[in-house]
Amino acid sequence: MKELLECLERDHTQTPEQLAIMLNKPAEEIAALIKKYQDEKVIIKYQTIIDWEKAGVDNVTAVIEVRITPQREVGFDAIAERIYRYSEVRSLYLMSGGYDLSVTVEGTSLKEVADFVSTKLSTIDGVVSTTTHFMLKKYKFAGVIIKDEEEEHRLVISP
Amino acid sequence: MNWSDRIAPAVKAIPPSGIRRFFDIAAEMKGVISLGVGEPDFITPWHIRESCIHGLHRGYTSYTSNYGLLELREGIAKSLHKDYQVTYDPRQEILVTVGVSEGLDLAMRALLGPGDEVLVPEPCYVSYKSCVTLAGGTPITIPTNVENEFRITAEQLEEYVTPRTKILLIGYPNNPTGAIMSREDLEGIAAFALKHDLIVISDEIYAKLTYDGTHTCFSSLPGMRDRTIVLNGFSKAYAMTGWRIGYAVSNVEFIAAMTKIHQYTMLCTPITAQIAAIEALKSGEKNVEYMVSEYNYRRRLIFNGFRQMGLDCFEPKGAFYIFPSIKKTGLTSLEFAEQLLMTEKVALVPGDAFGESGEGFVRCSYATSTKNITEALERIGRFIESIKK
Repeated sequence: MKELLECLERDHTQTPEQLAIMLNKPAEEIAALIKKYQDEKVIIKYQTIIDWEKAGVDNVTAVIEVRITPQREVGFDAIAERIYRYSEVRSLYLMSGGYDLSVTVEGTSLKEVADFVSTKLSTIDGVVSTTTHFMLKKYKFAGVIIKDEEEEHRLVISP
Repeated sequence: MNWSDRIAPAVKAIPPSGIRRFFDIAAEMKGVISLGVGEPDFITPWHIRESCIHGLHRGYTSYTSNYGLLELREGIAKSLHKDYQVTYDPRQEILVTVGVSEGLDLAMRALLGPGDEVLVPEPCYVSYKSCVTLAGGTPITIPTNVENEFRITAEQLEEYVTPRTKILLIGYPNNPTGAIMSREDLEGIAAFALKHDLIVISDEIYAKLTYDGTHTCFSSLPGMRDRTIVLNGFSKAYAMTGWRIGYAVSNVEFIAAMTKIHQYTMLCTPITAQIAAIEALKSGEKNVEYMVSEYNYRRRLIFNGFRQMGLDCFEPKGAFYIFPSIKKTGLTSLEFAEQLLMTEKVALVPGDAFGESGEGFVRCSYATSTKNITEALERIGRFIESIKK
């Protein structure tokens, strides 16, 4: 049920009862569906989007373009797995174009990220080259504008 | 000097909008949750705003044709044909107006002579009757009721029609009740219009916000195209209220007459809004779908909330309003709205602001976040419990 998933993706804190009213379905059916989606890993995880800068926590993020040599039988997957298993890696995508993997790495300092790239990532067998881009500012993440300055300007009452 | 003596009698005769007084109180209070807003809570989708900015960069700051930019009129013709299979010539049968409000004023002024009567079903949008009066006509109000889900029937209209009746003015999906009229319902009205040779002005600004079945454009009914002026616009479906852009479509003569007034009073709709509207028609559908589904979720939430509270309430099928009855509380609409605002800080609009038959009801807009709706429902529930004691 696409509608249910869309509602949950926007706000997973809504109760099954409220979702049931909004989607015009029995609450038990909604609760059962949510459970099914969780069991089948259609719903993988519920997460919170945090503005760490505002929270006063320093963070450094880098996007690393990685070129690799695909391996017989497993293609890119085996190397990809060796990379995404690191907890420092926040996201990993196989890309078309000039490089193969796009790796997002997070650390508490520039040095920490640089160390990860030079000692962990680039030393993996099959990794041909890496190009590291440090993020300077985060404007939008997971469909959410980080510092949204749009405000409501409507009158309190209008016809 | 008593300047009020100098004001034109026709203007003096019309009452100020019924929601004005209420607005003044609510606007000054802090922490108010408002269910009183008659416009979307969404901001105009970015692609539409961006196209306007781009237009300004390219120097689009001039007048346009009185009728509006041809590209926009062509877009309107195309979208009306796609949605309702009605055909209008973009060169002569479409006029771009400053919202439906201007379209309504133009239509009334173009058609009415002294003593001409206009049938106006109530509750209805606040400007209907005044527009008729200002144009020199006489509004004949027809009460609708909750038992018939605020729809009108030909039988009912028959009671009010006279040899002076010239126009029937309808607005479905309806502000303030959220009522809609099915194709079948409208066919009865079309037969009535034909029988009495009436012109129908159909305000369809909420057409795209229909949650049960599909909207029927009045002029798509057999024999109705040329005797109907359809008023529509971009305010509600595309969240473009402040842009002030709408349109009127009808036969060549009616549109020419309306354009004559428009050219001397308004000249043209602002070009900035017209450019934005072109973009809205070109690629706004996905956003409309998203907003409509959001309104629909909220509609169910608020409807369920009122039912659980024990308020009598019919299920609204269109627009973004719900119109529960507060008769059980023993308060008038105004008393209910005022006391609720003072004690629980929830603003809504007393039903009688939309005509006498709205007394005993309140209009709640669900064009606000689910969080606000949930909180407002809690407060209203508390208020109702408190007056029971």
